[in-house]
Amino acid sequence: MEFFVISLLNGLSYGLLLFMLSSGLTLIFSMMGVLNFAHTSFYMLGAYFAYTISGAIGFWPALIVAPLLVGLLGALFERHCLRRVHKFGHVPELLVTFGLSYLILELVRLVWGNATVPYGLPEQLQGPLFTLYGTQFPKSRSFIMLLALLMLLSVWLLLTRTRIGLVIQAALTHPETVEALGHNVPRVFMMVFGGGAALAALAGVIGGNTYVTEPAMAGAVGSIVFVVVVVGGMGSLAGAFLASLVIGVLQTFAVAIDQSVATGLRAIGVTVTDQTFGHELLQLSIAQVAPILPYLLLVLILIFRPKGLLGKREG
Amino acid sequence: MATTSMAGSAAASRPRGRLHVWALFAVLLVLLPQVFRSSLALTMLSQMGYLAIICLSYNILLGQGGMLSFGHAVYTGLGAFVAVHAMNRATQGAIMLPVIAVPLVGGLAGMLFAALFGYVTTKKSGTTFAMITLGIGELVAAMSLMFPGFFGGEGGVTTNRVYGTPFLGLTFGSQMQVYYLIAAYCFISTGLMYAFTGTPLGRMLNAVRDNPERVEFIGYDTQWVRYIAFVIAGFFAGIGGGLAAINFEIVNASDSLSAVRSGGYLLFTFLGGATFFFGPIIGAVLLVLASVLLSEVTKAWLLYLGLVFLLMVMFAPGGIASLIMMNLRVARFGKLKGLLGWYLALALTGAVMFFGVAAMIEMIYHLQLEDAQGPLLHFMGIGLNAKSAASWLGALAVAAVGTALFEATRRRFARRWGDVQGEIEAAIHAREAAGA
Amino acid sequence: MSYAIELKDLRKSFGKTEIIRGANLAVAPGERVAIIGPNGAGKSTLFNLISGRFGATSGEILLNGQRIDGLRPFEISRLGLARSFQITNIFGRLSVFENLRCGVLWSLGYKYAFWKFLAGLTDANERAEQLLHMIKLDRKRDTLAMNLTYAEQRALEIGITIAGGANVVLLDEPTAGMSKSETARFIELIREVTVGKTLLTVEHDMGVVFGLADKIAVLVYGEVIAFDEPNAVRANARVQEAYLGSVLADAQAAEAGH
Repeated sequence: MEFFVISLLNGLSYGLLLFMLSSGLTLIFSMMGVLNFAHTSFYMLGAYFAYTISGAIGFWPALIVAPLLVGLLGALFERHCLRRVHKFGHVPELLVTFGLSYLILELVRLVWGNATVPYGLPEQLQGPLFTLYGTQFPKSRSFIMLLALLMLLSVWLLLTRTRIGLVIQAALTHPETVEALGHNVPRVFMMVFGGGAALAALAGVIGGNTYVTEPAMAGAVGSIVFVVVVVGGMGSLAGAFLASLVIGVLQTFAVAIDQSVATGLRAIGVTVTDQTFGHELLQLSIAQVAPILPYLLLVLILIFRPKGLLGKREG
Repeated sequence: MATTSMAGSAAASRPRGRLHVWALFAVLLVLLPQVFRSSLALTMLSQMGYLAIICLSYNILLGQGGMLSFGHAVYTGLGAFVAVHAMNRATQGAIMLPVIAVPLVGGLAGMLFAALFGYVTTKKSGTTFAMITLGIGELVAAMSLMFPGFFGGEGGVTTNRVYGTPFLGLTFGSQMQVYYLIAAYCFISTGLMYAFTGTPLGRMLNAVRDNPERVEFIGYDTQWVRYIAFVIAGFFAGIGGGLAAINFEIVNASDSLSAVRSGGYLLFTFLGGATFFFGPIIGAVLLVLASVLLSEVTKAWLLYLGLVFLLMVMFAPGGIASLIMMNLRVARFGKLKGLLGWYLALALTGAVMFFGVAAMIEMIYHLQLEDAQGPLLHFMGIGLNAKSAASWLGALAVAAVGTALFEATRRRFARRWGDVQGEIEAAIHAREAAGA
Repeated sequence: MSYAIELKDLRKSFGKTEIIRGANLAVAPGERVAIIGPNGAGKSTLFNLISGRFGATSGEILLNGQRIDGLRPFEISRLGLARSFQITNIFGRLSVFENLRCGVLWSLGYKYAFWKFLAGLTDANERAEQLLHMIKLDRKRDTLAMNLTYAEQRALEIGITIAGGANVVLLDEPTAGMSKSETARFIELIREVTVGKTLLTVEHDMGVVFGLADKIAVLVYGEVIAFDEPNAVRANARVQEAYLGSVLADAQAAEAGH
């Protein structure tokens, strides 16, 4: 029982982290039509900046400063690089963000090295929030959940209750009309891109010390975030939310299950030996299969429900 | 930016010229290893040979079909694995398979897996397609850890290409013989892929790239067009993978199936030029030069690569091939001489900018990686102290001045280029009016 | 008699908004029909429904007696219906000749062949040359489509549309954006290339409409309120009201007031 509850909580916190990332990605995609390949690179930058900054002025200030810095970098990139490529079409846009992700990776390796950096949790977030039947649920993970929900709430409030939020919502589907109404849409784009980068960095600040901070972190979570976005339905925020939670919970549970088809068969009296046909496949435990579950889900969704869980029809 | 169309119309009017180009290509393939005789050169030429096939196969998707794939290494890698297992079976005598047919086995494997994964992949287009290829690439890479029997675990799968009876006296033990095998496949594959561009499917693939919606209204199912092209690209990718397996006699999952490798194909095909048929060949040459030579010169080569790629996407999205073709066009109208001075200015200011930036990058790398050796390093014949403010300020100043000069020159050049283009357009119109 | 195109109580809603509210139409083979109506009446939507770009919410669409609602665009195209677009929809990076040749490939049965060379397909090449001549773009044979002038692109648009030899041709505002002289020449072109075919065209230019069409269908708020010869339609009271609206009502009121 406690395994179920703890795993569920862990899965939800991981899923919410995925949502923090995929929501920014979905917003940028909805508005600008460009899927920002460098989104998880901003996540990584957030973690690394926070590591360095918290070493100087502490974690809690870094929680504010790091995302702001990354947001600024994102806005600059949009202004000088992405905007220039916009007229060439969607493929060059994707390529330029791909180039950026590559560049950020190399710069990170250059400045901080190839190995994992010791970006640790601050005192207030160490230790368990509560202990359930002997298994702990860490404070840091619950903080992620809190932060994700706060972020979601504030973004929703921004979009629906403020004037700039209304402009952004309108520009999501009709940028030219909004520009004709006199709003500085390019600046709106720049702000949204920078905002998305800042949100990704915020996820990195807390994700980096809860999990691990290393150059490979961008790639590791990157492909899963893209799977979330496609499975949820391109451009659908609600779909991204659903898909994030599903994948987060699915993977967390799967990693803990050591059963395989072979153990199942053994329970009904059928033994699988090294000579059995396909024994490699049958003896794979679910934990071993866990890393590919999101991709299997992607393939299944594409076959049976191509527009995603909650996607709108593509034009 | 007007680019000349692929294969089609322009070249169709000069079949003699095309024959010359193919003959030259064949001659180069045969003679290059005789001219560059070192074993390093031979290794590099061999790699260029099969990477050319791979990059050309990638461009069937990117340049001809407008399909951006982040998972092409799946098909080259799986082709390589099947080829290496086939060679091992043949060595044991379990199957009859001469070495020269091994790449075809790789090609068939690539084709079959492309048929399998391609069905799901080509259901979508554009950005979604790219994300799906990424997902499937990760899927296959992750699955490789689950089946050590086929993928050989950490050490990969090794083989011996010298087995069975020699083919016409060739054992393929020496690198020279392997090179000529690669060269033969390269020539034939390139020819076949070029022929593809002149077929109904090849042309419809271009149409799908330009306007997928319109294609549906002239009777074609765009998904089928993409799917068949995907399978054909998978076939040639597999051939490239099979040749790689023969060349290195080892295939390793973490290397051959990785997203990094897919990214490399993308990067260099784009650098070479996706809008012209021969662009990917240039890309393959650059790939080998960068990974073998440039990596020796500086530890920061990946960083420079990323910068060059980013700049290319922003300023010359047609790649090096397009730069060549644009200048050839200018030369044909006799305007190239006037631009040579500008190119010199760009090169000089660019060099200054590069010098400053590279000095800073090298100093950072030195601090990071070679700290044990002390803070002094040599950069292009100048001694720098990575820990002294003077070196840093100097580098920064040079970089800043260089960037300012370069940008100023670039803007003036861009205007001059625009003027030249206008002059050429006027000349074309005059020619048309006079001729018709 | 089997109608070339038949619409039976066709309805289309986007979300809660019903755009096409029960459209009925029956076009005989060989007829030239112009579809007119005020802005927002749903003319382009109607074309999109017929050609398969959108799916109908309810109702039937028949092509030569066969139901085509619910079919995908390429399936409808293969059954002999072709359409052009209001916003030019050509293959920008291919030459004019290549554009036309792409249009003929399927109808000549070449399908997904990658074992034949385009250069060797004499029938396709001849047909493309023929089309080139018909739309009078001979001199621009090898120019990239994106480098053509606007009027030339519109001509190419028509060329691609008729390339496949479809018997039913839908033209969506073919003369949009053209000057008077260009329009006149273009109408002549359309008349030539659609001889013997069934033609449906959306038009705003009344001169074009009355000059080109055998019959006019008037679409107002997603319904066909009139479908008759041009003169009958001109005199139709409902049509006048729909176009002139309050002006007519005011005039009538002013008259009544005396």
